[in-house]
Amino acid sequence: MVTPTDDRVETRSAAAKFLGRPEVGALIGASAVALLFFSVAPAFRHVANIGTILYGSSTIGIMAVAVALLMIGGEFDLSAGVAVTSSGLAAAHTAWYLGLNVWSGVAFALVFSLAIGAFNGWLLHRTGLPSFLVTLGSFFVLQGVNLAMTRIIAGGVSSNSLNDMDGFDSAKAVFASSFSVGPVTIEIPVLYWVILTAIGSVLLLRTRYGNWIFASGGDPAAARAIGVPVIVTKIALFMGVGFCAWLIGMHNLFKYNNVQSGQGVGNEFIYIIAAVIGGCLLTGGYGSVVGASVGTLIFGMTQLGISYAGWDPDWFKTFLGIMLIAATLVNLYVKKKADAR
Amino acid sequence: MTDAVLELRNIGKRYGNVQALRGINITVRQGEVTCVLGDNGAGKSTLIKIVSGLHDYTEGSMSLSGIVRRFGSPRIAQALGIATVYQDLALASLMSVWRNFFLANEIRKGPFLDIPTMKRVCREELTKMGIVIPDLDRPVGSLSGGQRQVIAIARAIYFGARVIILDEPTAALGVKQSGVVLKYIAKARDAGLGVIFITHNPHHAYLVGNHFVILKLGHVVLDAHRDELTLEQLTAEMAGGDELTELSHELRGAQPGKVVTPHIVEHGGIPAPEGTPVGEG
Repeated sequence: MVTPTDDRVETRSAAAKFLGRPEVGALIGASAVALLFFSVAPAFRHVANIGTILYGSSTIGIMAVAVALLMIGGEFDLSAGVAVTSSGLAAAHTAWYLGLNVWSGVAFALVFSLAIGAFNGWLLHRTGLPSFLVTLGSFFVLQGVNLAMTRIIAGGVSSNSLNDMDGFDSAKAVFASSFSVGPVTIEIPVLYWVILTAIGSVLLLRTRYGNWIFASGGDPAAARAIGVPVIVTKIALFMGVGFCAWLIGMHNLFKYNNVQSGQGVGNEFIYIIAAVIGGCLLTGGYGSVVGASVGTLIFGMTQLGISYAGWDPDWFKTFLGIMLIAATLVNLYVKKKADAR
Repeated sequence: MTDAVLELRNIGKRYGNVQALRGINITVRQGEVTCVLGDNGAGKSTLIKIVSGLHDYTEGSMSLSGIVRRFGSPRIAQALGIATVYQDLALASLMSVWRNFFLANEIRKGPFLDIPTMKRVCREELTKMGIVIPDLDRPVGSLSGGQRQVIAIARAIYFGARVIILDEPTAALGVKQSGVVLKYIAKARDAGLGVIFITHNPHHAYLVGNHFVILKLGHVVLDAHRDELTLEQLTAEMAGGDELTELSHELRGAQPGKVVTPHIVEHGGIPAPEGTPVGEG
């Protein structure tokens, strides 16, 4: 006996399917912000400024990709902001103090950043505490380490300049160079950001590991019961945040030749805001990498758009807060509408 | 009689100072339905968790096809051919039907998911179970309880090679849907699987069971073949046997036929002081 098709469930229309996607809210928001500044800020219309806007977005966006994946996997990382600075300092101090080729500092920083991520994930698993608490702890630990180690090694609040050391030029070419596409100058982090968004999105939607991320965030108990290695999945996600922190840390280091030890505090929330605007649920199990990158673009457009429009940039954070609430409400509304069709 | 596929000998489980299970002996054979019955807190859930690899046992031994095993994780238990359908279904409600169906058993083409194949297999398997879901991209959370149950069972049968454990699959279902589920239990048995059917409903158990085990306070209090037992006996044992007789004796004083007629509450002797506002109600 075969039960006939349940006629209460209709196939959803293509439009409803599109609206049901997590990144739709962010796309609508990005269009609205672009339109707003396009009309009020003449400088916003200059083609050359596209490069500036994209660059401003990319330094946040690279982290937002990793943070979005982590949030879909059901966890937070409040140490993500200072981890960027820690990574830069680790490379600078190691290379300068030991007088090595800067590339050995870069390699050490990579290991260091991945280790911080792995440690966060491991501690989360061992203690069973919420990641909010665990990474709040590592946030403060890293902040202290950044200040103290810089004082001990460099005797101040910034790392020593590396620009006359072996390997600096090649490292700068890899992490902090730029190239031109017609009138637009593209800084290299923009390229990394686009590549990481593509990799992250494919990873999430088209690989087995992506399925495990959704399940680990959506229902960890069910995921474990059915055989998903939840702990390994989450530790890998934290390490992904570590990797992106390293990439941005290296960019900052080779762009400015040194790193200020107090930087990065507060950025962790901007990464989370970008992910949430992009459709990630705070409770995990739902979201989009492309959405997070579009969310970052909103951030970048607003940051520069406000100054291009000649408005007082002091209002930027206020605008960001309003965007966060509005985007969350739009996401909820769109999701409800799409489900109801 | 076929050989035992899963054999528990003197299995015990201790949580700190709580002895959740004691001296459990159960044999599961291929092509048989073994019903495990018991009241709330009898140890059914602990037993499933041990067999499915969520918890380790602290005493005795569990052997699968004659080899003593300790499952370190559900993944290992699954790899050895033990599939479990949990009471709470173990479906991630925000994920789509096909993603849930293949969770932890994804079909891949190179490093990537083979989505068309997975959707096709998922549709075929669900159709075999008698449900048709037109949109497999729909989140599982938007489906009915019966549909979710069937997805979980279809998944377990599709991936479960040797033993399938069903934890109260009919508990949350209506009569008709329960019937559908029971039919698939029989189907799994016919396919040569060893079925462990956990329930507290003796009627459902007796419809499909070959072998009945009743747990009480962590002990096996009954272990009988279908031939040695009637439904009435099973129900009586399940209900507590002597305990029920005792309980019905106690309840005799409660006058079950009694109906309380409405009556008026008498006024008290002391009136309220003058000037006190009188309530509207």
